[in-house]
Order: sequence, then structure tokens, then C-alpha cells
Amino acid sequence: MSAKIRVVIAKPGLDGHDRGARVIARALRDAGMEVIYTGLRQTPEQIVTAALQEDADVIGLSILSGAHMHICPAVMTLLQDKGLRDVLVVVGGIIPDVDIPRLKEIGVQGIFLPGTPMQEIVDFIRKHARTRVESV
Amino acid sequence: MNTMAKSATPEQALAERTARGSCTTVSGRPIAPLYTPADVADLDYGRDLGDPGEFPYSRGIHATGYRGKLWTMRQFAGFGTPEETNARYTQLLAAGGTGLSVAFDLPTLMGRDPDHELSLGEVGKCGVNVASLADMEALFDGIDLGAITTSMTINSPAAMIFAMYLVVAEKQGASWKTLSGTIQNDILKEFIAQKEYIYPPRPSMRLVTDVFAFCTEHVPRWNTISVSGYHIREAGATAAQELAFTLRDGAEYVQYGIDAGLDVDAFVPRISFFFNSHSDFFEEIAKYRAARRIWARVMRDRFRAQTPRSWQLRFHAQTAGVSLTAQQPYNNVVRTALQALAAVLGGAQSLHTNSLDEALALPTAEAATLALRTQQIIAHETGVAGVVDPLGGSWFVERLTRELEEEALAYFERIDAMGGMVEAIERGYPQKEIAESAYRFQQAVERGDRVTVGVNAFVEREEEPIGTLYIDHTVAEKQCGRLARVRADRSDAAVRASLERLQEGARGDANLMPLLIDAVRAYATIGEMCDALRQVWGEYEEMAVI
Repeated sequence: MSAKIRVVIAKPGLDGHDRGARVIARALRDAGMEVIYTGLRQTPEQIVTAALQEDADVIGLSILSGAHMHICPAVMTLLQDKGLRDVLVVVGGIIPDVDIPRLKEIGVQGIFLPGTPMQEIVDFIRKHARTRVESV
Repeated sequence: MNTMAKSATPEQALAERTARGSCTTVSGRPIAPLYTPADVADLDYGRDLGDPGEFPYSRGIHATGYRGKLWTMRQFAGFGTPEETNARYTQLLAAGGTGLSVAFDLPTLMGRDPDHELSLGEVGKCGVNVASLADMEALFDGIDLGAITTSMTINSPAAMIFAMYLVVAEKQGASWKTLSGTIQNDILKEFIAQKEYIYPPRPSMRLVTDVFAFCTEHVPRWNTISVSGYHIREAGATAAQELAFTLRDGAEYVQYGIDAGLDVDAFVPRISFFFNSHSDFFEEIAKYRAARRIWARVMRDRFRAQTPRSWQLRFHAQTAGVSLTAQQPYNNVVRTALQALAAVLGGAQSLHTNSLDEALALPTAEAATLALRTQQIIAHETGVAGVVDPLGGSWFVERLTRELEEEALAYFERIDAMGGMVEAIERGYPQKEIAESAYRFQQAVERGDRVTVGVNAFVEREEEPIGTLYIDHTVAEKQCGRLARVRADRSDAAVRASLERLQEGARGDANLMPLLIDAVRAYATIGEMCDALRQVWGEYEEMAVI
């Protein structure tokens, strides 16, 4: 039997608009995932440390402030450094079209813009998160 | 009950929903297909409505409505460097805007200098960056602060930014006695909704009441606070929750002001409000009418205010950012126009209309101009400004007004029972209520119970992208450069001394405004002033719950 997918939802940067992060956290939990919400104003170091400690399969970043081109590369580099290459990273928020190719290039697999249905995000994570098998 | 629940799939629900009218408001309030005099049988005109300009002001605070004075068309703007924002203001004023409204970036809102590590990637992105008096001077260069009214959306560091504004005015030769404008200065809704707080609630409230006391004496025409429901609504609250939490926040500030020794009628007339104007047309109009009625009664009966100006709720409105869609962005012009019309029919004193591209980025100059034109068309072409409270007496609107009032007063009772709004916030009560509403709304969207044109219905597969404003990283370099020059040119000894006096004042009970003004004159930065108080008061961290 496969175990629950473990997701760290984080809100990096100085922004406090957490409606999206909280709604998604609840939707993923209601979809049967194990969700850890880090709270506000997390640095890339704090987010990656949380992912390591929580043995996360997925990191979900909520960024609306325009700081994504600074935050995402920092998170991806730290994940590489810590050997967490198989952690799925997804980003939700206000991301200009021109930045999307660059984010994909550095390994952000899912980018969800305003108006994305919650179900689409749930399905994406189920499809792309690493599979883990319950050790009995 | 909810007939939508019978639909087998979200697609079926959506098909049914797009075929006929809605039976709930956007806040989930059930509405009847028809209202009659029986729905408002116990409404008493003199007691519950009154003529416009008469207690309890349900119909408006001015007898002549917009015939006496149109609302102020105040477009919120700010991005990049102070120079870039200054150019946008000049353009908005030239296009017929009648007031300024400053949007600050996140480092400024959080009391951090642009060269602080937490400011990385955030400088000038969501608003203009202001780190010291030098930036404030550039922001208002060539704009006569004695002649214009300015609203500044700043909360945790409101006192610091206001001190900068006062010093710029002083340097221009404008008298503080005649300065007019607003600082948002509403920290409670930061804890509840927007989450841009620095200090714990109690010292934060002390900064607010220090501003009240200082302005009462020195800047008597300034609106010392804009008690804001806007952000509460954007975070997912219903209309009734927006109304309830905002007005209860207002009552909390009044109580803290009284507890700080102020005379209620000396500071309450300078309290203003700020509401969202969301998509549910009649519910929004009813909300503004209920807000005036509740505030008038609370001020007269609970706080024993004597002067009618203390009873009169004045408010700014902004159309709902959360309703804007990234898909088919031109539809946002229509949404914004209808929301703006609701605010006008509800008697707003000032109004901001969002731009069509704001689900994607900060607005371009063209989009911002179109948003202003929307207000001008409502004001000058539709005729709606000619009659005060034209929907007064509508059985539906009067019934909705009363329902919203009752729901808000029930929240008042619950929050009073907790000991007040500060205590309710410390328990996470309004935060949880809003998170619940936000989640319920999103579930309704997913089930197909809510139609959003262009997003879950009437979707277009191929969309032509529109041009948007892009803030590049050179803003941060420019701002850090100016900051370095400011630090090199000023007297560090004078800055240090002013910050030490500020800390000493914070440890005691001195009014901090004069101390902040001294620090600003010495070119202390926003980060330095906020850090000085962080060292005394500590920082607030909320419990992260989902």
C-alpha cells in the first residue's frame, strides 16, 4: 500500500497574503496528503530544512510579490546541495509568462497561475510526486 | 435548499448554474426571488434610516449626497523607485485624478531597508520603495503637499512614514495645520488578514494611539487611521464578516484611544474606513448602508460620543482585486465598473478602481488611466450621482441591510465576550473564521456552484497575452545606491542619538511621534527606526494553522 504523499507548503519572502497557501494546504490535506504549512516569511534555507526534516515529497511555494526569480533558484540550489533532487517543487501565484521557461529550466515542475482549480494541482502532485511504499 | 448539490458532476452543476439566476450572494447568503413590503414591515424610517445627513446615517452622511461634492477619485499607485512613481502621480493628476494614494513595496511595509537580506527580490515590486527622507523627497518632488490630499497605505511603520511625510511638507513650507490626507495605520487587520505586522499587538496599538494624540494637537485635518475591511474581504471573508470585523476593529481603536486618555470627540472624527467593493451588487450597497448605521449607534450609545462628526462613518472603497481574472483580462474592466457603481450607490467618499491587468502584474499606465476613466464615466455620464441613496426604500436592499447589520452585531457580541478584538486576534478567532469562508468559497467554485466568466465557464482555449508592467532588478540597485549615499552624507552620531531617544521613549510612555520626526530629520532609515523598536518590543509571530 502506498503511503501518504508528504507536502511542505511554504510562503517565502516578505509578503503576508496567505489565502492561497492556506486554501491549497487544506485542499491537499482533504485529498489525503500529509501537509506541513511552514507559516509566513520563510527563507529558502528554512524551507529546505523543513523539507529535509519532514521527509517531504513535495514543496509547494506560494509567491505573489514578484520575488519568485530570486526565491526559486535559491530553493533549487539548496535542494541540490542537500541531495534532495527527487523532491517535486511546485509554485503557485502571480508569475509573469516570461519567467515560466526559466523556472522550468531550473527544475520547478509545476507552475500554477491565478484561477487554477484545486483539483488540477492535486492531480499534478499525485502524478509527479515520487512514489513511496509503506515500510511495514 | 441548495439544489446545486443534486448535480452529479461539477460540469453538470456549472451547466445548470449558467442556465439560470443565483439563489445565494457571493458570500453564500440565501436570497429570495422576490421582496415585498412584508420583508421590511418593522423598519421605522426615522429610527432606522433617517434622511441623508441625519442619524443613524443609513442613507448617507451628507444631506446633499454627491451634489455637494463628488467622491474623490483616488487611484492607488506605486512601483519601482520614487522617481518612477512620482512620474505616475504626475500623469494621474494630469488625467483628472483628484487625490494621491501611495502603494509601498514589501520592504517598506515590513520596516526593512532595501539592502537587508529579507528584501532580496522585493524592492520596488509591489509598490514604491521608501527607505529614508531622501526617498520621500523624491516621491513628492514638484507636488505641493499643501494643495493635494495624500493617502498612504502603510501600517506597522505608519508612524515612521507619516513622520517622513510631515518633514517633507515642512521643507516645502506647508503648514501641518492645513495638511490633509490619510494614513492607513490599521494594525488590527494586519494580524487578522494581510499579515504585514512587525511588533506584538499591544505595542502596535500604542503606536496607533500615539498617532491619534499627536495629530489631534498638531495635524488636525489628517485622517489618523483608515480602518480597513478591504484586506479582510480579500483574504476570503464574507460581506458580513468584513463589516463585522472592520467595525469591531474601529470600536477597539476607539476604546484604546479613550484608555490612552483622549477625549472621544477629539479623535474619533478623524477615524475613516476602507471597504471592499465586491461583485455582489446589492449586498455591497447594503453593506455600506449597514456600516453607517452600526457605527453611528455604537459611537453614540456605546462610547457616548456627543458630536455628530463622531457618529458619521466616512469611507474609501476599492474594487475587489480578488475578483479579477488572469483569463480574458478585458472582462476585468466590466467587473470593476459594476463594483465601482455599487460603491457609488452605497455613498463612498472616495474610490479606487482596479486596472484590468492586476491579476497579472502591477498596472501599466494605460490600464491605470482606463480605470480612472471608468470612475469619470460613472460620475459624469450615468446620472447616478444626482440623487442621494437612490436605492433607499428598496424592499430588497433594506432587508439585506438589516440582515448584514444583525450578522455583524452577533459577531460584536462574540468578540466582546472574548474581551475585545486584541484578545480575539490572540486566540486566532477572526483568522479562523476568514480561512473557513475562503475555503468554502473555493469549494463552491470547484463544485461548479459559482460561475466565473472566462475561468470555469465561457472559457477561450487560445488567448492573446496582453502587455504588462515588468519591474526589473535595477530598482534594487538604484535604491541601495541612494541609501548608501544617504548614510555617507548624514551625521551618524545624530542618527544614533535620535534612535537612542526613541528607544528610551518606547520603554516609557512618551508619545513617539516627535521622537520619530527627529530621527527622520537626521535621515535615520526606516529599517533603523523599526529595528530600534524591535529591540525594545520584540517581533510578533503568528501560530501557523491550516
